[in-house]
Amino acid sequence: MATNNEFRTCPDTGLLFHKPAETLMRLNAVVAVVFLMFGGIFGLLVGLTRWPAVHLLPADTFYLVLTSHGINVLIFWVIFFEVAVLYFCSSTLLRVRLATPRMAWLGFALMLIGAVTNNIAVLSGRSSVMMTSYVPMSAEPAFYLGLILFAVGALIACFVFLGTLVIARAEKTYEGSLPLVTFGALTAAIIAIFTIASGAIILIPTFLWSVGYISNIDPLMYRVIWWALGHSSQQINVAAHVAVWYAIAGVVFGAKPLSEKVSRTAFLMYILFLQLASAHHILVDPGVSSEWKIFNTSYAMYLAVMASMIHGLTVPGSIEAAQRKRGFNKGLFEWLRKAPWGNPTFSGMFLSLIIFGFIGGISGVVMGVEQINLIIHNTIYVPGHFHATVATGTTLAFMALTYWLVPILFRRKLMLAGLAKIQPYIFGLGMSGVALFMMGAGTLGVPRRHWDMAFSGATMPYDFPAAAYTLMGLAGASVVLAVIGGAIFILVVVLSVFFGKRLGDTEKSAVPMIAQPVTSYEGIGIGSIAIPGTLVLAMVFLASFVLYYFVNWKYLAQTWGLS
Amino acid sequence: MSSLSPPAHKIWWKEPIERVEIMWIGICIVWGLLMTFMMPYWHVVGKQNLSNEAYRITPAYFQKKAQEVVDKHTVRVETDQKIPVVAPPVGSDVYLVARLWEWWPILELKKDQSYRLHISSMDWQHGFSLQPANINAQIMPGYDMVITVTPNKAGTYSVVCNEFCGIGHHKMVGKIYVKE
Ligand code: HEM
Ligand SMILES: [Cu+2]
Ligand SMILES: [Cu+2]
Repeated sequence: MATNNEFRTCPDTGLLFHKPAETLMRLNAVVAVVFLMFGGIFGLLVGLTRWPAVHLLPADTFYLVLTSHGINVLIFWVIFFEVAVLYFCSSTLLRVRLATPRMAWLGFALMLIGAVTNNIAVLSGRSSVMMTSYVPMSAEPAFYLGLILFAVGALIACFVFLGTLVIARAEKTYEGSLPLVTFGALTAAIIAIFTIASGAIILIPTFLWSVGYISNIDPLMYRVIWWALGHSSQQINVAAHVAVWYAIAGVVFGAKPLSEKVSRTAFLMYILFLQLASAHHILVDPGVSSEWKIFNTSYAMYLAVMASMIHGLTVPGSIEAAQRKRGFNKGLFEWLRKAPWGNPTFSGMFLSLIIFGFIGGISGVVMGVEQINLIIHNTIYVPGHFHATVATGTTLAFMALTYWLVPILFRRKLMLAGLAKIQPYIFGLGMSGVALFMMGAGTLGVPRRHWDMAFSGATMPYDFPAAAYTLMGLAGASVVLAVIGGAIFILVVVLSVFFGKRLGDTEKSAVPMIAQPVTSYEGIGIGSIAIPGTLVLAMVFLASFVLYYFVNWKYLAQTWGLS
Repeated sequence: MSSLSPPAHKIWWKEPIERVEIMWIGICIVWGLLMTFMMPYWHVVGKQNLSNEAYRITPAYFQKKAQEVVDKHTVRVETDQKIPVVAPPVGSDVYLVARLWEWWPILELKKDQSYRLHISSMDWQHGFSLQPANINAQIMPGYDMVITVTPNKAGTYSVVCNEFCGIGHHKMVGKIYVKE
């Protein structure tokens, strides 16, 4: 049974922290940031090699570093941070002790051992197989083993989260239903369990194959199952960062959802409709029928897309409503103009939302169309797309949350606050550049995972048009900007955590760290429309979406006939 | 109560939904249906679709079929490596072999004519990426992928590999000529 001295109340937010849970949150978050730093440095090296005028690394090092970049940021940074988020959303938000802290420690240890094992395998130079490790190309057994250990650790963390929810319910530490943010985290955890199961189904046989117990793994089967892991893991990220958006809207504005029903249903749709959307990674593979592809991309993907489009409306909608209620009720956009743009928690969250939706969301749906995928598959358009979704949407949302969490979890004042203020803009702008310019180069056919777009040493090299080189150069310059943004984040967090001014466990800071909740949204808006500004933004989004969608059909119609 | 706390109304599922939300959900449904419709629609009226015709084969069998066509329809050889240039009859089965690190042989096709193009890999996965037409497909060992292609412009095209296939990945470039 938990005793009272295992808990502390944060003087600034009134949140109740279970100390063992708090330690684990801190640790997972700090380790996450370390992996982001690693991965970010590798990202810089990759970016500088793909910048044609710089072309930094030799080919073998480039592929090694690219493998490492993908795994460290996409898997280790994101998932370590998500574990911290899961513990926060369960133990802290529900004011309850964490279930089995010892198991949570075991999970953490396995994740760390797995991550280190995998990194050693990659850095040794014999596992440059990219994060997807498509068979029959093989890596060292330690490569797969590391990933498997990491996944087992993450699975334990999910069960600790679920266990904590059960305890909270049993001990009645909250009334009624779960908070929306916790509900979002719950959907992420459920998807994570599915994801890890798919991972086990494919990675365990691949590990056995790499040590010689299994003679053959079918490459198509590998891709179908691997993407059940690869795609749904992205859905964990979306569910988690949308939960973070809602959390930040609550923290900064005291916003509540416009209606609980809609927001919760949208989260639920992620679970119900996502999994087979992994089909959109296999749209141009041999041996898969069009019926299967269309069914699994349309029913599964468009309903999951719809869920994201709903959150894309309700998150800014709830911010607008809360702001209007606070008196910024004039015109269409007073609520947005008067938002705290100098607070990196808010600016990071809002940029994450905009870049995720406008760049990542639209491009993702377009390239997930069965036929349009023909003109995009495996070009550098694809990494362009997901640097808007996960490298900006998820990462920037987590960065934004971190700015708020550091003073609360570590009781330290944020250092270099002036730099922190501009960090989301630098990172957001840099990453948007990385995304858009790579997408542009992709439409001209520049391949992804490719050391030399000039094809040096090839018998019959292809000459890309000058515009492709220009776009890759601009992407390279954006890489530098994004890395500066990432470096500022790491600098601010590391300095604050270790050297920030202590805030003490009892004094309240001068600046409030959490907004008073808004209780009702009565009497706001223009006429009978409560959130006209968000409605306008949504219409702009829709128009861009429709336009871009049909432009791509037109591109497709101009190429060779295929049947 | 904010999104960080349990809903203020315990029976939140009975609260009315915000008007703008309902409108937006309606729009999303219509748009989703339209996008769903577009894919089968393009299979009927569009000219760019994959047939999804594919066969399980062994690399050795595929290599043999490719060699037969090369033996019959080679018109000349090019480059120091003496890569055969194959001009197959219109409508026939044409084979393109992907292997570390080349696309073999060179093909010579006629504009506005159709060919049954077979592609498969002898070793690892490769990415067929036809430039500048920008047509891309995943190529795997053990699967013969059949695409009926109809070039719509004359010129010299390159086949780039866009699936990572080891240290020589960037040297893997093939060629397809399209003649008037
Ligand atoms: C710090 C700034 C970052 C820079 C400069 C950067 C840059 C790049 C570049 C240039 C590529 C190579 C594209 C190619 O040749 O195929 C790449 C690949 C990738 N990046 Fe990043 N990136 C950054 C951050 C991130 C973050 C935060 C994530 C995810 C959370 C991420 C996930 C990935 C993944 C998954 C790949 C694909 C690896 C593969 O093809 O196997 N990146 N990145
Ligand atoms: Cu290749
Ligand atoms: Cu390749």
